[in-house]
Amino acid sequence: MAHYEPVLLANIHKKDSHTLAVYEAGGGYRALRRVLKEMNPQDVVNLVRSSNLRGRGGAGFPTGLKWTFLPEGHPGPVYFCVNADESEPGTIVNRVQMEFDPHQVLEGTILSCYATGAATAYVYLRYEYPLCYRRMQAAIDECYQAGYLGKNILNSDFSLEMTIHRGAAAYVCGEETGLIESLEGKRAWPRIKPPFPAVEGLFRKPTVVNNVETMACVTHIAGRGADWFKSMGTPPEPGNPRDPGSYGPKLFGLSGHLNRPGVYEAPLGITCRQLIEEFGGGVWHGRRAKAVVPGGLSTGLLTEAELDTPMDFSGPGKVGCLGLGTGCVVVLDETYSMIDFLLNSCRFFAHESCGQCTPCREGTHWALQMLRRIKAGRGRLKDLDLLLEIGDSIGIIPGTTICGLADGAAWPIKNAINKFRNEFEDHIIQTNPDGYMVTEPVEALEDPQQRDWPAVRQPVSA
Amino acid sequence: MSTTERLLTDEVRESIQALFPRYPTRQAVTLPALHLVHEQFGYVPPQAVVEIAELLELAPAQVQDTLSFYGFFKQDKPVGRTRVWVCRSIACSARGGEELLEHLCARLGIRPGETTPDGRVTLEFAECLGACDFAPAMLANETLHKNLTKEKIDELIDSWK
Repeated sequence: MAHYEPVLLANIHKKDSHTLAVYEAGGGYRALRRVLKEMNPQDVVNLVRSSNLRGRGGAGFPTGLKWTFLPEGHPGPVYFCVNADESEPGTIVNRVQMEFDPHQVLEGTILSCYATGAATAYVYLRYEYPLCYRRMQAAIDECYQAGYLGKNILNSDFSLEMTIHRGAAAYVCGEETGLIESLEGKRAWPRIKPPFPAVEGLFRKPTVVNNVETMACVTHIAGRGADWFKSMGTPPEPGNPRDPGSYGPKLFGLSGHLNRPGVYEAPLGITCRQLIEEFGGGVWHGRRAKAVVPGGLSTGLLTEAELDTPMDFSGPGKVGCLGLGTGCVVVLDETYSMIDFLLNSCRFFAHESCGQCTPCREGTHWALQMLRRIKAGRGRLKDLDLLLEIGDSIGIIPGTTICGLADGAAWPIKNAINKFRNEFEDHIIQTNPDGYMVTEPVEALEDPQQRDWPAVRQPVSA
Repeated sequence: MSTTERLLTDEVRESIQALFPRYPTRQAVTLPALHLVHEQFGYVPPQAVVEIAELLELAPAQVQDTLSFYGFFKQDKPVGRTRVWVCRSIACSARGGEELLEHLCARLGIRPGETTPDGRVTLEFAECLGACDFAPAMLANETLHKNLTKEKIDELIDSWK
């Protein structure tokens, strides 16, 4: 790969990179000053639209287009939410951004609020990020002092209040309507759409919800222009007018069985193998990768043979994954069991299903129960088809649930079993050679405690 | 409810009320209020739910409904002086996170969700702490501990007073 100079991560290695002084010394808030002086809000919307920026939170919806869904001439107020509830397993990029460069996120947020006419912004931050909370709160305080937030920002007509709202450990709050419900002080049950948040969102008013990394991209689009943004990435597929392409820089989180896990920046379209070899330092202990989660647990699995898949918004989908997701890669080496992977995945989604839609609430739990039984050596070959049946019938793609959490639960099941079926069959045959058949009533009675943790033992030091 | 014996101190009540101007509805202050109370008492006893509801002009059931949805809040007794979250999500699990959780269970003699009888430590599992690049990881109160081993955990256990 040709040398690429990071933009989103340009500041993070500087000393005190989280402070306003360092951010301003690197040219920070210059874009905001210029935009407030020279551009009206509609110009900013048009600029972001023309950059083809797509949301970095997982779904990849075009950000500028999302903004245009706000009703025209609405008396207001319009609310803006920054989705900082980064809870997708494997996903680490927003944490690094908020810890080391919070002002880059805030500048994009202020610009986006200006563009959308929002006078109130909430940063919905997951509770498990205490350092992010301290750094973001300090950065917001600095902004109020410096006149980047509050009344008449930089002596313009534009005013903005910003508040950090801390979550309480619930994955479903990352879904935009779940986030809205949670912010309103309720359980985070996602809403039926339509109406979409742009029409009726937070406090029943027009609302935009955008991801942290998307905000950082807006900062740089305002500073460097849409053409710069479109100078990197993957152009739209020829002959597909609905494909906005995958432009711009992207942060990739690398973790799992790697020599150098971490957060790295590259243009969209870099292959997964390049990420692993050039940034991640290769698989640890000189081993080979068996499977790779391409963009957060929900997106499913790539096999070793699929590692040359380009990491852009359409790449992983072409090899059967849910999509690019968050671009956070988890590498599993050749010694790691796919049964353990799927058990871990099913356990996560069963724990995090909010319980609103029956197919997800029941489906995720039955899948977990079957996986536990398979792991314990009581699997049946027909369980694999049963698991696939669950995978095919929960989610918004088959149309049985309100939000996409269930699709995220289904994809690891489908990918793991379809791509590694031999391993599952071998495990079942080897661990259950006499073909122990569990009947359904027995299955319901087995493991009534649903034990998720090891048995209690006496303290060693007692 | 007795009006003479209030559980929430004036200080907590004032910090909850100070948030009202940040939101157009009082109900939106539910989560921040629960956090403030949890911070002070280590849990949110039913009496506190009633008093929060009164401040927010809600029915206690509405506050209870929200509270019970989130795994974070405890209601029966205060959490330990150190609340530990061990990540068991895929990246940490693949690098030994579950063994560490098991080790902590054994050393402390409790299961996840429980508190040691002396009130020193509450042990929890976490569903991804977002620290996959430092797997296996663990959050102890506000401090993230990275690249853990059993030896590091043993040292940490001794430091939790």
